[in-house]
Amino acid sequence: MKKKTIFFRKSADRLVRIASGLAVAVAVAVMFWIIFTVFRHGSAALKPSFFSNPSKPYGIPDGGIANALIGTVFITFGAAVLATPPALLGGICLSEYKEFRRFNATLRFAANVMMGMPSVIVGLFVYTSVVVPTGNFSGLAGSIALAIIMFPVIMRTTEDMLGMVPYALRESALALGLTRTRTTVQIVCRSARKGLLTGILLALSRVSGETAPLLFTALFADRWPWGYFNQPTANLPVLITEYSTNSPFAEMHRAGWGAALVVTVLVLAINVATRIIFREKKHGH
Amino acid sequence: MFKSDSFFKWLCLASAALIGILMLGFFIQLTVSSSEIWQTYGLGFLASRDWDPVNDHYGALPSIVGTLVTTAISLIIALPLAFSAALYLVDARPLVGEILGHAIDLLAAIPSIIYGMWGLFVLAPLMQDYVEPFLVETLKLSSLPVVGKYIGSDYNGFGLLTAGIILSIMILPYICAILRDVFLMTPPMLRESAYGIGCTKWETAKDIVLRYGIRGILGAIFIGLGRALGETMAVLFVIGNIMDMPENLLSGATTIASTLANNFPEADGLQRSALFALGLVLLTMSFGIQILAQYYLHATSAKRGEER
Amino acid sequence: MAIKIQTKNLNFFYGTHQALLNNDLTVEENAITAVIGPSGCGKSTHLRVYNRIFELYREQRAEGEVLLDGQNILAADVDVLELRRRVGMIFQKPTPFPMSVFENVAYPLRLHYKLSRGELSDRVREALIGASLWDEVKDKLKASGLALSGGQQQRLCIARAIAVEPEVLLMDEPTSAIDPVATLKIEELMVTLKKQFTIVIVTHNMQQAARISDVTAFFYKGEIIETGATKQIFTNPRNRKTEEYITGRFG
Repeated sequence: MKKKTIFFRKSADRLVRIASGLAVAVAVAVMFWIIFTVFRHGSAALKPSFFSNPSKPYGIPDGGIANALIGTVFITFGAAVLATPPALLGGICLSEYKEFRRFNATLRFAANVMMGMPSVIVGLFVYTSVVVPTGNFSGLAGSIALAIIMFPVIMRTTEDMLGMVPYALRESALALGLTRTRTTVQIVCRSARKGLLTGILLALSRVSGETAPLLFTALFADRWPWGYFNQPTANLPVLITEYSTNSPFAEMHRAGWGAALVVTVLVLAINVATRIIFREKKHGH
Repeated sequence: MFKSDSFFKWLCLASAALIGILMLGFFIQLTVSSSEIWQTYGLGFLASRDWDPVNDHYGALPSIVGTLVTTAISLIIALPLAFSAALYLVDARPLVGEILGHAIDLLAAIPSIIYGMWGLFVLAPLMQDYVEPFLVETLKLSSLPVVGKYIGSDYNGFGLLTAGIILSIMILPYICAILRDVFLMTPPMLRESAYGIGCTKWETAKDIVLRYGIRGILGAIFIGLGRALGETMAVLFVIGNIMDMPENLLSGATTIASTLANNFPEADGLQRSALFALGLVLLTMSFGIQILAQYYLHATSAKRGEER
Repeated sequence: MAIKIQTKNLNFFYGTHQALLNNDLTVEENAITAVIGPSGCGKSTHLRVYNRIFELYREQRAEGEVLLDGQNILAADVDVLELRRRVGMIFQKPTPFPMSVFENVAYPLRLHYKLSRGELSDRVREALIGASLWDEVKDKLKASGLALSGGQQQRLCIARAIAVEPEVLLMDEPTSAIDPVATLKIEELMVTLKKQFTIVIVTHNMQQAARISDVTAFFYKGEIIETGATKQIFTNPRNRKTEEYITGRFG
């Protein structure tokens, strides 16, 4: 038989290896480029008053982001408070109550689909079902929108985390005479608590920079966010949008970058914390 | 005792059912809110090119085309990059692989608005000053026969191409992470037997690993596709937001998501109904893609179960 | 008989852990050499040096010499791709590629040779006949390789390995995942194949070694304790450890 030349096969292999290395390099370089840009432009805006003053319309000096920062905290924590209890219970249902198997399969599918739902549609949905009936934009409406995004994420991670708890643990708890509820809550959930926390934090980090759904729900306002329940509420993502797209002024762009820096640091911090907790959990077992 | 036990069980079930109700709610609500536009135009709305609020005429085609084209560009760029990056990560030295893997995961965590802002202030000027002049004036792509007119010669940094590039940067880490998991799922013995008959690394990857994990790879593609399709903020800042039919890759355009974000707050009447209809179109597209993604990923997770 | 492979002073390391100690072994041409020993004794490790498959893993390292037809295959200038064509390998479990029966055999052929369509299908047929699989699969060449039974899959892997005209076949417990009837078929096949190829088989099944091999090497804790004609090893072992192992007192 006539042999093929190995040279070409090896060259193709070497080329692909180089391309692979380059691809990783490109991905990582772009990441550093983006983060570097945010830090460089953002740090120019950082000064104490940036964090202590509320945002102000253009022309009024010493505008800050304090109101938007607090508003973002209100809105995301509101979302976490709304989403966590039902999402944890839903995750328990998917993982622990095998008697609803077919129903659970449908719901699991729904959760997976909802995780990929474009967030702008969530904004439309909450606008129509919350903002219109109540008659006003509000931080709460923003929280509801974000909660809808968090819900499936927490639910599915909860299911996965509970699924990792050894079955023998459940059996031995039930054998001791504990009820199923107690077994689930006090034994299974307890031993998976770090995993559950991971899910919640993961969802938080995913929504804390989310912008599109807030455009139609929380909106924005140059005032302190005390009207969370019934007034447009300042928040960082919408501030960034407003300042960078709807304003030709360099000073507002700078403030926008400052806000972007704060959001990025916030999100990456939550994300890294999540990873550390999850790592500990993995090593702990 | 038993009563509280069953109470908790039903409480859990009700909470889980909430997700299904929400999903249905999305469809129902968007259908109801968009009913006016369907009654006015019927399905012709989807094929109509006009978006003219002054004369109260609305068509979905420019937004749909913009969405599909930006998504296609992003996949064309991101897919080969993600595929080769994942290959590298799987075989890299443990420490290097782990660090780079984390870096790519972090890239996936950056909020899309940051990508949008970076696109607006860094990428768009770069495209205008260097990339697009290079494509148009140096390579003279626009004077190519047949394809030239789809590339275009007028540029300002904003448009379909820039939006596609931003999207590709955004979806790359998602696709890469899933592909890495798919590659890791290949049984070591199958890889060894490929090397055992004298395959190079690349031959093993493209002929064995790729075929073995094809369903997972399709799943990854659809997840990336879903992301790109529905992304709002990253696109909004750089697409140009022109409501006309885009003529070529360099022209300003719009996508469904950015049309919604731009026009929804001020719209009312028939226009608002048109926007809800666009929302319904996006929801349906994304739903279809998620079904495909789940179908393929589910199959691989079943396979993973067997191999354990 | 001629010597096909000669291992001289082979040491093997998993990171800092040494798995093989000064292995010296001679493999005769056109014979079956069985490598036996308790699990973890290094018999698979030893085999995996012959086609340098261990190099896929960064932390694994071999030192010493393995001479194939007098040429040291561990030398840096040896082409691994060509080496692996010359030295084929069969694994513990059948590993058909995710493609059709025909493609499973045609794939390595295309990799290494320039063949016309006709030549290719002739070669595939010959290999399948050689692996005594042809009669069973000739009507389903287009079916997936994964659709065959376990024993058939393993013979497909043998066909895949012999198609590229190797000189040596390494078999790493090739029947450990296969039912007894199919195992018998593969054993018969091996005896036929040794006319054309040199076979080295790792097995934990001592009856199998006794039935089919010409030479047996007994491994214990990374060392080669005893080598000799199979008949002699099983009837009159010289070393006490060997005797204890083949009489089933440990392992």
